[in-house]
Amino acid sequence: MATFKLNFKGLSCPLPIVKTSSEIRKGASGDIYEVTADDPGFEKDIAAWCNTTGNKLAGIAKTGKDITATITKK
Amino acid sequence: MANKKMTIIASKGSLDMAYPPLILATTAAAMDVDVTIFFTFYGLEIVKKNNADSLKVTPLGNPAMPMPMPIPTLVSSLPGMESMATAMMKSMFKKHGVATIQQLLDLAKESGIKLIACQMTMDVMGYKQSDMIEGVEFGGAASWLDIAADADINLFI
Repeated sequence: MATFKLNFKGLSCPLPIVKTSSEIRKGASGDIYEVTADDPGFEKDIAAWCNTTGNKLAGIAKTGKDITATITKK
Repeated sequence: MANKKMTIIASKGSLDMAYPPLILATTAAAMDVDVTIFFTFYGLEIVKKNNADSLKVTPLGNPAMPMPMPIPTLVSSLPGMESMATAMMKSMFKKHGVATIQQLLDLAKESGIKLIACQMTMDVMGYKQSDMIEGVEFGGAASWLDIAADADINLFI
């Protein structure tokens, strides 16, 4: 199992979600992704993406405008 | 479990209206949904070769479009207003990190989204199959219905 950090700051919907998805598809089950974006919609959208795709949202942290989602690949 | 399916009919070809089908389609593909976009009427402009970044937007007939200052309708019809509004929208999008139509189209193709151009409207508008970007399929209403009848989400934009 590996941990990856992804930075999609400065990108707007739908790019943070589309790029998160294409990166996580390359990984293996159990891999952990820490994805940071500053699109204000990202917090709700990444939760929705995890809910639909079955990947696990382990946590969301906010620092200023930055939203970091920790996701475990299913 | 089989993937969910979505179809979108993209019927408009202005810069602003090219976004919703491509944003929804690429997001759906990222959520493991099998997506088909059927391009018809002015929507064909999105899949014409070398045209995705040439789409325009006009304030004419759209009183809801935000402008830096109030602009009377008659002034909106003057030459240059369309280019100005288009440049303004593109720079707003760029500033906010929004993808261009060409980038979204590339993403759509990479994600395996099926793109179908409406053969009938192409014939009416005098477009040849070779006028369209690579990877587009050609079909009519029945082609869309065949997929839509089985789909979970069908949108007309």
